[in-house]
Amino acid sequence: MSFHSKNMAVMEGSMAIARAVRDARPGVIPVYPITPQTHIVEFLAEMVANGELDAQYIRVESEFSAASVLFGAAAAGVRAYTASASQGLALMTEVIFSLAGSRLPVVLTGCNRQLSSPISLQPDHQDTVLLRDSGIIELYVESAQEAYDTHLQAFKIAEHPAVRLPVLVCVDGYVLTHVFEPVSTLYQEQVNAFLPPYQPQEYLTPENPLIYGAYTDDQTALEMHYLTYQATLRAKSVIECVAREYESLFGQYHGGLIDTYRLDDAEVALVAMGSMVSTLREAVDRLRRQGRRVGLVKVRSYRPFPTEALRDALAKVPAVAVLEKSLSRGFQGVLSADVKAALYHAARRPLVLGLMAGYGGREMTLGTVDEVVARAYQAVGQGCVEEDCVFLNLRKEILPEGIAQ
Amino acid sequence: MKLHYAFLVRPRTSLDSKTGTWRLSRPVLDKSKCSRCGICELYCPDVCIVAASDDYAIDYDYCKGCGICAHECPTGAIEMIPEEM
Amino acid sequence: MKEYYQDKLFVPGHRFCPGCAAPIAVKAILKATGANVILVSPTGCLEVCTSPYPYSAWGVPWVHSLFENAPAIAVGVEAALKVRGRRDVHVVVIGGDGSTYDIGLGALSGMFERGHNILYICYNNEAYMNTGVQRSGATPYLASTMTTRPGLMEPGNMRPKKNLPAIALAHGIPYVATASVAFPQDITRKVERALNIVGPKYIEIHTPCPIGWGFDTALSIEVARKGVLSGLIPLYEAGPDIPLKVRPIRKPEPVTAYLKLQGRFKHLFLRPDGEQWIAEIQAIADDNIRRLGLASQPPTQEADGIATDLSGA
Repeated sequence: MSFHSKNMAVMEGSMAIARAVRDARPGVIPVYPITPQTHIVEFLAEMVANGELDAQYIRVESEFSAASVLFGAAAAGVRAYTASASQGLALMTEVIFSLAGSRLPVVLTGCNRQLSSPISLQPDHQDTVLLRDSGIIELYVESAQEAYDTHLQAFKIAEHPAVRLPVLVCVDGYVLTHVFEPVSTLYQEQVNAFLPPYQPQEYLTPENPLIYGAYTDDQTALEMHYLTYQATLRAKSVIECVAREYESLFGQYHGGLIDTYRLDDAEVALVAMGSMVSTLREAVDRLRRQGRRVGLVKVRSYRPFPTEALRDALAKVPAVAVLEKSLSRGFQGVLSADVKAALYHAARRPLVLGLMAGYGGREMTLGTVDEVVARAYQAVGQGCVEEDCVFLNLRKEILPEGIAQ
Repeated sequence: MKLHYAFLVRPRTSLDSKTGTWRLSRPVLDKSKCSRCGICELYCPDVCIVAASDDYAIDYDYCKGCGICAHECPTGAIEMIPEEM
Repeated sequence: MKEYYQDKLFVPGHRFCPGCAAPIAVKAILKATGANVILVSPTGCLEVCTSPYPYSAWGVPWVHSLFENAPAIAVGVEAALKVRGRRDVHVVVIGGDGSTYDIGLGALSGMFERGHNILYICYNNEAYMNTGVQRSGATPYLASTMTTRPGLMEPGNMRPKKNLPAIALAHGIPYVATASVAFPQDITRKVERALNIVGPKYIEIHTPCPIGWGFDTALSIEVARKGVLSGLIPLYEAGPDIPLKVRPIRKPEPVTAYLKLQGRFKHLFLRPDGEQWIAEIQAIADDNIRRLGLASQPPTQEADGIATDLSGA
């Protein structure tokens, strides 16, 4: 089908996601409300109520149960979906590890929002990076259009026989979920051609009794973890293939594991995830007009981490500035630590700056990017990075006496 | 044994696990006293007492020697005999 | 002999302790469910003992995920079966008291409240047995466990049991029953009855634990029977549309006949103030007998049912 056969409309980010989920036809949708995910599950409720979406819509009593309903449904052979954010994702953590370790393909939307305490509704990435060790695949989108496209891709990636893992599509809270953007959506026949029904060979059924979740000992557990790990690594090529297939069918491409922008002769590369990337594309254009050779790397797949792709992309860049929206307390920014780890064995290691930009929902402007780039050039001049973790736009005037950054 | 990718286990595979090696004493059935009430089969936790043609058969591959059958038998037809070490 | 087991729903070779009552309950349950069932279990003795990789004693589909989410897993399975057009397949949870009474209670409540067509069966050995006999919300008054050790300060567990059957009834679910491994045919009958009702059902089966309660492995059934005969373990069926039906005790026995068989109550017989404590347990039994009309059939005018004060069921 031609990629010209599409519907284009201005819609809320949450609606784009709800439509993608509807078009993917999951059979089981457990929901538990949490800001800023609520619009997604409310739109889905309407779709179920008026017959647009034929699914078992279950209003569970906690996110822990929502994730567990996904588990039961997937184990019994049916496509399943839910959405959450912040505290809800934290509460699901135990189940997410269990889903990945049980190799069950389900899709979740993570509407990025800070983790308590303190409680706040503002977006950052702490809630989704929290799950990074679990084996779940994490894809970060920069626009409502990408949210629509990536949710459809997510089901295909999850259910791919080489993968069979849960997938988390990370969408910045409010900035993407509650903002209206133009989005092209597909017709059902187009989605069906791209995403066939979920038909596992093995699932819970009396006709073929199987035992899920046996207890293992030291003789088999390591190998089981190894198998799951290998699946997460295989997912890298599947994520790329599915993105390219989607592009060839529908003309939309937002990157595979990563996307790069004006990186070829860059002296400074900005690295970021999520909605910030679309701001940074503008910032790069502006800096380029001013004669600064700045480029951008978008990390789209945070897990599996695009180690090889990053090494290739950043091979010739003298300085990398990671704009960070999550922090590992007691250490440094989560994404910047991962970037540094990926680059450690590169033939040529660039300088890497880790800057908290947008963490805690602190607004980040084009002016902030200017500061980032200035710090990067300064580091190149000095030949070193002074601090592992810099908090940008910190309101020092409200900090108690004696606390300095 | 190769791992299944999702670590699934096939049904009834515990039959390869002969728990009869656990026991310290074994139940022995005196046919002449057996009234075929079936209480021993009903109560056996190890699923290893089975109705046979004119009495009950005990599967010693799995019997752990708990003694419930001997204790509950209404006619005292089952006696627990210590296993030889 | 091996051919005999080929079509059986539950086979030997499992790892339950000798004399464990839980597998006895399982046999009785599966007689009622038949093969057209999907079982869900939380973490616990039953999960670990039935399915140590690569072995399993199950001949039916079975799924285990975590400790506190079995009801929610079952909800997912039930929903998937509806999507697949398989409303003929029973969904049954078999979980221990630790998961059911405590950590999984939220998920259980949600399952009850939303009216899912799932039978939840709790095998109750009255403590967290799989982790080494720690107190749970189902541990009876004055029992010794590894976290309610009798000593100078206290004579064991100072809280009465949570009345979970009453909690289940309070959700308005159509069928709640209590049973005991001492009466396996009664278990089978109650499971059959439950499976013929659409909606959430709760059955609790009293399953003594030789290791945790401290008695010889041969005595599991006798201990269970004495528990019922004392009135401490009342057996009944109830529901909003079901008149209360109790299993009568023709001649109730004093609680000491039950308590003295078990190491977990031994301290009550050794302490100088033991008689006073045992009298309190006797009062619980007497209250059950009165409230439920256990010693007469049908219940008398004075019997006011199941859901009352803290007196343990």
